[in-house]
Amino acid sequence: MENLWRESLHQIEIKSANAFYEKLHVLKDIDLNIDKGEIVSLIGPSGSGKSSLLKMLVGLLIPKSGKVFLNKSLINFDNQSDLRNIREQIAIVFQQYNLFQNMNVLKNVCIAPTKIQKRNPKEVNEQALYLLEKVGLQDKLKSYPDELSGGQQQRVAIARALCLNPQILLLDEITSALDPELVKEVLDSIRLLASEGMTMLIVSHEMNFVKEVSSRVVFMDDGSIIEVNSPKNIFEKPKEKRTLDFVGKILKEK
Amino acid sequence: MERLIEEIPNFFTIWNVIFLAKAMGVTFLLTAIGCLVGFSVGGLLAVFRKTKSYYLLPLRFLIIVYTEIFRRIPFLVSLLLFFYVFQIMRISDNLFLIATITVCVIATAYIGEIIRSGIESINQTQWDAAAAMNFTYYQTLKEIIFPQAWKVILPPAFGFFIMFIKDTALASQIGVMELTFAAKILNNKGFSPLLSFGTILILYFILSFPLDRFGKFMERKLASNRN
Repeated sequence: MENLWRESLHQIEIKSANAFYEKLHVLKDIDLNIDKGEIVSLIGPSGSGKSSLLKMLVGLLIPKSGKVFLNKSLINFDNQSDLRNIREQIAIVFQQYNLFQNMNVLKNVCIAPTKIQKRNPKEVNEQALYLLEKVGLQDKLKSYPDELSGGQQQRVAIARALCLNPQILLLDEITSALDPELVKEVLDSIRLLASEGMTMLIVSHEMNFVKEVSSRVVFMDDGSIIEVNSPKNIFEKPKEKRTLDFVGKILKEK
Repeated sequence: MERLIEEIPNFFTIWNVIFLAKAMGVTFLLTAIGCLVGFSVGGLLAVFRKTKSYYLLPLRFLIIVYTEIFRRIPFLVSLLLFFYVFQIMRISDNLFLIATITVCVIATAYIGEIIRSGIESINQTQWDAAAAMNFTYYQTLKEIIFPQAWKVILPPAFGFFIMFIKDTALASQIGVMELTFAAKILNNKGFSPLLSFGTILILYFILSFPLDRFGKFMERKLASNRN
């Protein structure tokens, strides 16, 4: 009974998914369930497949085999309407921010909700202003991405993703380009989002951040999931030796 | 020099001026039609060539074959080729029509390639971000890729246009009465080459200079990221 109850909470279910970049096997037999409102962190060395996993969930990397379910329905990655559907529910913040270089900050945030989701422009504008104020960029509305620092671009990207009103937010290395005083602000917004029931999948190298916000931590290496554990356990008594090595190395560097 | 001054009143008679103006019109039309058709059709070819749809695969293949062939044949050769094909197949013996078609075919291949490389100059991350937000291919091109790619497309495109004004001189080889041919005829009539060709030099400049300024204007207008 307990099991059934838990299963009904799964918002994303990934079952033995494999994905390739050309011939490079970047995701190997990935099994992962993410519940509604959960914050799951992905940690692991560079090239371990963390970003690839996020990309797969928005259909930018098509799995060769395996199954992915979103809210219980199986996603057919070859089907355009399935792709549209997952991209409507899942928003991603890229590691390189990927802001549209030809648009100012406000337009970057507003374009997809107005042009793609066809929402009321006035409403979208209000929401964008609110979100940009929340990330502390209310005085940069007319700036272009190349006039902003990395941390500022990062925050625009977060506001842009949130303005799409997603159910699930994927964050790729969001704290890496942030100034220390902003990390707290962004973390606070993320915590607030989590309390509002937003499901989040976060790739991060900030172990303190991971420890603080995650409900579960996933350790990946060489395209495979090595260990899934609570944040406390993964840092203090990991099950796998590879996790121990990684965590030990990271903590020693601090 | 004396001879030149002596000739000038006879050279600039009303008939000769009309003759040159007509020839200039032909040069202008050949260039303008070639560039307009080349830019629009070439743009479409570039857009189709970059699609990922399987249905358009044969079309993409044809586009690549077409572009690669006509960018490799010298302009004069394709001109003669079209000329003889039209003659043999009795399609038309209108020289201006033949020259215009050749010009369009060549310009399309070249400008298509310029536009394609412009599209490709935009980082894949922009496509990824757009795709993740459900932009379609055409929406991505319109809203994100082209506004950034103009910067890369416009300078070589206008460079090509200006080169093209001069290349249309080759149409004289199949007998189209454009500027170069007109100068040759005046020269044959006994006017000094310096006067005949000097005049068309100025006329070529008059044609190309505004185009160059227009190109600079479009670059300022379209190619800045601030639009």
